[in-house]
Amino acid sequence: MRNIRFILLLLMVLCSGSLFAQETVGNVEMADGLRSSGKIYVVVSVVLIILAGLLMYLISIDRKVNKMEKNIEAENQLKE
Amino acid sequence: MKKDIFSATWWKALCAIFLIYTCVAGFLLPVPALPILHESIRNLYFHVCMWFAMIFILTVSLVNSIRYLMNATEDRDIIASQCVNAGMVFGVLGLITGSLWARYTWGAWWINDPKLNGAAISILSYFAYIVLRGSIDDEQRKARVSAVYNIFAYVMMIVFIMIYPRLNNVDSLHPGNGGNPGFNSYDLDSHMRMVFYPAVIGWLLLCVWVASINIRTERIKRYYLNKNV
Repeated sequence: MRNIRFILLLLMVLCSGSLFAQETVGNVEMADGLRSSGKIYVVVSVVLIILAGLLMYLISIDRKVNKMEKNIEAENQLKE
Repeated sequence: MKKDIFSATWWKALCAIFLIYTCVAGFLLPVPALPILHESIRNLYFHVCMWFAMIFILTVSLVNSIRYLMNATEDRDIIASQCVNAGMVFGVLGLITGSLWARYTWGAWWINDPKLNGAAISILSYFAYIVLRGSIDDEQRKARVSAVYNIFAYVMMIVFIMIYPRLNNVDSLHPGNGGNPGFNSYDLDSHMRMVFYPAVIGWLLLCVWVASINIRTERIKRYYLNKNV
């Protein structure tokens, strides 16, 4: 298990390691205005807040299930 | 209660990290400027991952259905059926996001495209799986019949999503089909790979997470049902 965790961590580091500048081709319209005025960060923040909320909700459900499983285990041990 | 990979924590943490990375890097890292697609190319980190996640979780379901047919234990049936439930959530999200993307790149919500229709047919064949399970009362018969149907539905899905749209004489707008090259051959550059691969893993783990909660609650439900009998 420790090995898997280490390999996955290594993978993540490698994935985000090197970033290069953008090469723009021709004059295809991209969201450069949004970037230059810095407001793309607002979008990123909003998405992050939503994602954080969803993940936290998922974690709380996970914990509830955990508690129920532990209850059943305790119940079974009492019987024995 | 059984302790297995579904109640482990480490991969859930990994899922959260990858998804947060996807949502930051997915919006901020540079993407190739391509006509028609423009910034919507970033949908690759979200829309495409839904399908990857769905196919993965349905494969898990298929494996457990086959294992159930080899040795019928209740737990294998639970895993197979709950994986389909989670897979359908991601499949429907894939359909909706794909439809929205098509509206702004191809000009219509839905076009008569083999990839789109194939995806819709496979989703429907899995809905039939859920309906089939709901229509049989006897638990063991339900498990056996639905395990057999699951194998059929999976083959249908692979044919309609992976094989049929890729045939040479089939015309499709969707990248990767009918003579159209896949994304990786012309515009999935090294920057996009840096987000795309973690994004796939992150969404895939999220799908497994949802499935794992389904599986564990179903186990608890069956435990109390069996106890009361």
